This record gives sequence, C-alpha cells and structure tokens, in this order.
Amino acid sequence: MAEFAIVAAFLQASVRLGVPLALAALGETLSERAGVINIGLEGSIVAGALAGALGALATGSPALGVLCGAAAGGGVALIFALFVVLLSTDQIITGTAITLGGLGFTAVVYQSRFGVTGTALSLPTLDAWSVPLLSRLPLIGSAFFEQAPTAYLAYLAAPALWWLLFRTRWGLEIRAVGEDPDAAAAAGVSVRLLRVVTTVVAGAAAGVAGAHLALAHTGTFTEGMSAGKGFIAIAVVVLGRWNPPLVLLAALLFGAASALQFLMQTLGLDVGYQLFLAFPYLLTLAALAGWVGRARAPAALALPWPRDGG
Amino acid sequence: MTPRWWAAASAVGALVLTLLLAGLSLAVGGYDPIEAFGALLRGALGSPSAVLSITLVRTVPLLLTGLAVALAFRAGVWNIGAEGQLYAGAVAAVWVGLQVAAWPAWAAGSAVLLGAAIAGAAWAAVPALMKLRLGVGEVITTLLLNFVAIELSAWMVHGPLQEPRGVFPQTEAIAEVARLPIVVAGTRLHLGFVIAVGVALLLAAALHWTRVGFFVRAVGASNGAARVSGRVPVARVVLGVFLLSGALAGLAGGVEVSGVTFVLYEDLSPGHGYTAIAVALLAGLHPVGVVGTAVLFGVLEGGASAMQRDAGVPAAWVDAVQALVILSVLVMDRVARRGLERWREGRG
Repeated sequence: MAEFAIVAAFLQASVRLGVPLALAALGETLSERAGVINIGLEGSIVAGALAGALGALATGSPALGVLCGAAAGGGVALIFALFVVLLSTDQIITGTAITLGGLGFTAVVYQSRFGVTGTALSLPTLDAWSVPLLSRLPLIGSAFFEQAPTAYLAYLAAPALWWLLFRTRWGLEIRAVGEDPDAAAAAGVSVRLLRVVTTVVAGAAAGVAGAHLALAHTGTFTEGMSAGKGFIAIAVVVLGRWNPPLVLLAALLFGAASALQFLMQTLGLDVGYQLFLAFPYLLTLAALAGWVGRARAPAALALPWPRDGG
Repeated sequence: MTPRWWAAASAVGALVLTLLLAGLSLAVGGYDPIEAFGALLRGALGSPSAVLSITLVRTVPLLLTGLAVALAFRAGVWNIGAEGQLYAGAVAAVWVGLQVAAWPAWAAGSAVLLGAAIAGAAWAAVPALMKLRLGVGEVITTLLLNFVAIELSAWMVHGPLQEPRGVFPQTEAIAEVARLPIVVAGTRLHLGFVIAVGVALLLAAALHWTRVGFFVRAVGASNGAARVSGRVPVARVVLGVFLLSGALAGLAGGVEVSGVTFVLYEDLSPGHGYTAIAVALLAGLHPVGVVGTAVLFGVLEGGASAMQRDAGVPAAWVDAVQALVILSVLVMDRVARRGLERWREGRG
C-alpha cells in the first residue's frame, strides 16, 4: 500500500510539473507550424509568472491572475513577433534577447516593488479541482484529475490544436506558411499576419504556463522562476514532432523526469539532488539524439520571409 | 557586404538607441535617469581603483566569452552555450588547481588554464558532434547543456569537490602557485586581462590573414556556397570553430577561478555566457570590437551595485539593458542596410 501511495504521489508530481511545459510547448507548436521558433518563450513564461502574481494580488482572484499572465506572455511575444516578422531579424538572436529582457525586467519590477531580499510573496492560489468520477480512478485518478484548472486547459488544448491544425482551413494555411511561405502568399494567405497571430497566441500560452508556476505550483514568485522551462518546452515540441497530442505526452514525460528528484527523496536515496535536476535536460538531449533524425521540422522554420529580408 | 565605416556607424547608432531606451525604461519605472547613469559611471569609472579592480576585472570573462560567441556566429554556428562551457572550464580549473601545489608557478598556472580550455572544448564537442553526425540543431543542445553544466558544478561543490570540512557549499581554494599574478600592484587586475586582450588580437589576425580564417568567414557567409565550391572543408571548419569557441568560454571560467575567486561555488557566473551574445553582436562579431564592447559591459556591470546603492535602481536593470542592446543592434542593422541600399542606388 505504501508503494501504491508513492507511485500515485510521483504521478501527481509528474503531471503538476508537466503542465507548464505542456502549455508552453503546445503554443510553441502552433507558431513553429507557421515557421516561427521563439527562443524567447522563457521570457514570456517569467513575465506570465510575475503578471500572474501581481494580478492575483491586486484582484484577489487567481483566475484573473492567470488572465494577466496570458496578457503579459502574449505582450512579450508580440515584441518578438514585430522584430522577426516585420523587421525580418534573426529568430535565434531576437529570441535570446527577449529571454534576457524578460528575466531582467521582471527582476527589476519585482525588486523595486518588494525589495532586493524579497520577503516571499504569499499569493492566492488556484485550487485543485477534482473531476467527478474520473478522479476516483485508482492510481491515475488523483494524478491526472485532481489538478489545478490550468492542467485541464492543457488536456483540452492538445486535441483542439490537432483539430485546428489538421482539420480546418486555418490550420492548412498555418502549415502552408510554415512549409512554403512563398506559395502560401501566392495563394492569398497573409504570411505576416498569421505568423504574428500564432506567435502571440504561443506567448499567451507560455504566460499561462508562468502563471501556473506562480499560482498553482508554488504560491509565490521568485526571480528567474521559469528556470529554463521555456527551453525545455522548445525541445518538447521537437520530441512531440510538432503534433499536439504527442507534444502533450512528451511534456508529461519531462514532468516525470523532473519529478524523479522527489521520488528519490521519498525513497531516501542519497544521490546528489542536483544530478536529478540535470536529468530532464540530459533526457531531452538523449531523446533529441535518438529521435530527431527521423522527425521533420516545418521547412521554413526560423527562416525570415520574404527571404531577402524586405 | 557593408563597408566597415558603415558597420561602425550602425554600432554607434545602436548604442545611442540603447541609451535612449534604457533612459526611458528608468523614467517609466519612476527613477531619475541622469542620477542613475551618473551613479553607474562613478561606480565604474570614478577612480583608478574602480577602473582597474572592478570594471576591468569584470571585463575579462565578458571578453573571453564574447570572443567565443563572436567566433562561432562568424561561422554560422549558433553556440548559445558559452555559459555552460564557462562552468565546465571553471570546474576543471578548480580540479587542476587543487592537484598542482608542488609544481612551479608557470606550469601550475598554465595547467589550470589549459585544463579549463580543454573542458570547455569538450563541453562544446557534444553539441558539435550531435549537429554534424545526427543533424540536431545546436541552438537547443547548447542551451540544454548550460543547465546540465550548472547543475553539475552545483553537485561538485556540494559533493565530490566540497571543501574538506564539508561546511560551506564551495570547494577548497586552489594552490597559491596556480593563481594568476596581479598585473598592476595594489589592484585586483590579474594577468587574465592581458591574456584575454592577447587572444582577441590573435583571433582577429587569424580570421583576416590566414587560410583557416578565410574558411571560417566563407562558411559563415554562405554555408551552401562554401559546400558547393568544394574547396572549403565545411564540416571540419564547423567542428573546429565549435571546439575553439568552447575552449574560449572554458578559458573564461578558468580565468575567473584562477584570477578572482580561487574557489568554485554555485552561481559562479551571473550569466556571462548570455551577456556575451550582446557583447559580440554590438561588436559586429569583430574580435577587436569585442575588446571595446566587453569593456563597455564591464562598466555596466561594474557600476551596477553603485547605481543600486546611490540611485535605488535594482542592479538587475543592467541585465535588462543587455536585451535592449541586442534589439537595438538588430534595428540599426536593418536601418543601416536599407540606408546603404538607397545611397548606392542614388549613386548608381
């Protein structure tokens, strides 16, 4: 019975840690399908976390906090989109700047409001919400169906995005823009508009992921609390082969990799926990090495359009 | 190609734009920009000891990592992993520095720096091979390895390399003989500064006057054309650039340990490897330019704490300014390129 509880707790932690990755990675899947890779996702996440925290503090409502987080994440991504789509700047360099700026400015705002040492914020949190019946399933019930509302958002977003991408006209246009923007433009699709819109939506999703970190996961904000999740999310998209349901699975797998440290502590294994903190990154690398060779990215990914830079 | 004077003008334009945006961000945050800039400059440049002991000491790791990034980007290698390579170098430097107590100083010092460079190169070899053998893009792999290196060094200072009493989360101090000598008596400016400037000049000369340097520039200008021409060994150039870039970033970690901290602890680098991207871009990826921009960023970082103390602006604002620098460079690059086209059309 003890083992049962340990496994259940491990699964619960896996989903909890996987949800922010899933939200950010699902959004990124959409923008990458349109040909935009946003290394600045980390900046949207941390901005979403701070805005989520401030919004929840100001309104007393964690749900409104999540909305603030989405707005902030989308706003940060809009800056990125204006640079790479309208100015045709390099996506990698621009994204790096957005991450640095996101981490820097959130730290400044936090410090100027709460002081350098930062008395730990205590935020109103998103309560876990039990799905009737499903949450009573043995083992997996509490893990999957007794989570913060943001988790259900991720579950629903995966099939919805799949349907959008592969069963609707919009989806066809988005994929066309990511594969062959010249042909899409010739067919009357507005390449720039679609790229800006998908990038901003992806940023908003990353902002929700950040708000989840602050409002569901920790109940507080700390500087740099995104802690590389934006970068893992980008790798998760590759592992999920730009296919939303697979991306969701990959994100949960990485949640499990991160949850291993708790499992080790529960089991009383005395291995440096820092090695377990490194584990998700190593797993990502191994997966990239073994799997990516066979996955195909959208052909126009990371390429500016029009090609001469306009 | 843009002429060199045009590139320089665009860099100056980017600097002016950064200053405006930075000042604006301070004003929006409710601070007095003039007071903040003044406090920053006084803290970084206000006295000879501030210049030598603070600003130029801060410049050294930024210069070496800046060169690492500039070299890689010149060849079209997106090495975003200077931070991790720096940590790999620092870990190796401490390990070597603990073994060489009985050696003569020149040998001990060289061994530490060599160990750091090799470790940095080894850390860069992983994404290099993944790119060349498996076709995995280096942007994600170098980024991921940064986090692995940081956790690895954290594990080292809590575990295998922790100081013998096991009280503090840091290593034992490296042997006296392994430490870099001070170059200006009475200050903290160490030999690492001279080494870093020397490396910059060497790199500039190699890039512009040697056959290998030509290959690097050819691959960077057009990977496809270089491959098709059949005269440039593209894969070997990419591998070599990746390893050398990692070695330079590793050296940055080694120089920090043997010149400044003498021990390894968690969070040794406040993101030097990322700042390096702004340093390299503002310099137009030119090694000599990197010396100038690294000093500029040394001033920013050196004055940050004085600015916090005297003007109340959080020191983290300096991190945010790096983003403004990169974005300004990107904007000015576009503006300059369009302006140049118009100017040429007008003449032609």
